[in-house]
Amino acid sequence: MTGRGEPAEHEWVDDHAGPVVRPYAVTGGRARPVTGTFDLISLVTATRTEVGSESGLGPEHVAIVGLCQRIQSVAEIAAHLDLPVGTVRVLLGDLAARSLVQVREPRATAAGLPDEHVFEAVINGLRAL
Amino acid sequence: MDYGRSERPAGAAPLPTAIKILIAGGFGVGKTTMVGAVSETRPLRTEEVLTETGIGIDDLSGVEAKSTTTVAMDFGRITLSDDLVLYLFGTPGQDRFWFVWDELALGALGAVVLADTRRLADCFPSIDYFEGRGTPFVVAVNCFEGARQFRLDEVQAALDLDPGVPVVLCDARQRESAKEVLITLLEHAMKLRETRRRAAGD
Repeated sequence: MTGRGEPAEHEWVDDHAGPVVRPYAVTGGRARPVTGTFDLISLVTATRTEVGSESGLGPEHVAIVGLCQRIQSVAEIAAHLDLPVGTVRVLLGDLAARSLVQVREPRATAAGLPDEHVFEAVINGLRAL
Repeated sequence: MDYGRSERPAGAAPLPTAIKILIAGGFGVGKTTMVGAVSETRPLRTEEVLTETGIGIDDLSGVEAKSTTTVAMDFGRITLSDDLVLYLFGTPGQDRFWFVWDELALGALGAVVLADTRRLADCFPSIDYFEGRGTPFVVAVNCFEGARQFRLDEVQAALDLDPGVPVVLCDARQRESAKEVLITLLEHAMKLRETRRRAAGD
């Protein structure tokens, strides 16, 4: 369990400073991930505790690996890093292509909703809260 | 067992299943309040940047001379068990961002449409959207102080809802109340699935 709060890379940015780097600069101008689709609730976990001097990885990639020591959804990664979801998808594609993250897409797809037992499990889980 | 210094064993700890429920309704009706009432942390905010070349550009008419626009969504997480995580997403208030709604609604278990009886019409677009898409939904009347108390059947008639759609009262600030609304939605969604399955004849 890692501590909460902003990743260290962002601590020097004050709330009113605005984005220091424009979103698409972070991805080198790329709008689409090299691999994967990354739903907002796709769950991501890092496959390593840290990444070293892998070539082509930026500070945002490293921050994602740090964040995903604990399982996070794509939406949570975007919120914690204060980056647009589209930007995070591109960065996750880079990490997935290097097998630095493991991704679980939500079971529910256009083909259909989750099984009956998922509904029951959610109801029971909510009642137990 | 030694798995090595920094490599995690593949598949040793399977990732949980993530599911989502949408919280919709007009501006200021209490969507983020409800998300926060029942989530395990304060609501988070995520943003989608829509560009001029993006999908749904037709929906951006009215955003004059702006090449990009940002759609913010508030959401929260409820870890229900080791293998089940529920996310609640407040839908963007601006109805013109249907492109984002489509992404949110895809695979959602269902939706809560929050209504304020002082501004009932504000929730019409949400209801139209979920009816058109076939997404199971319930209407939860958020009980604001100073609002005239309507009978639930009056609200149902005013919204021209199908008789099967549950209409419930709630206090979006209260965890128990928000939980009850979600449970009502899920029970309704299960019933609807069963009905549709029978109608499909399998």
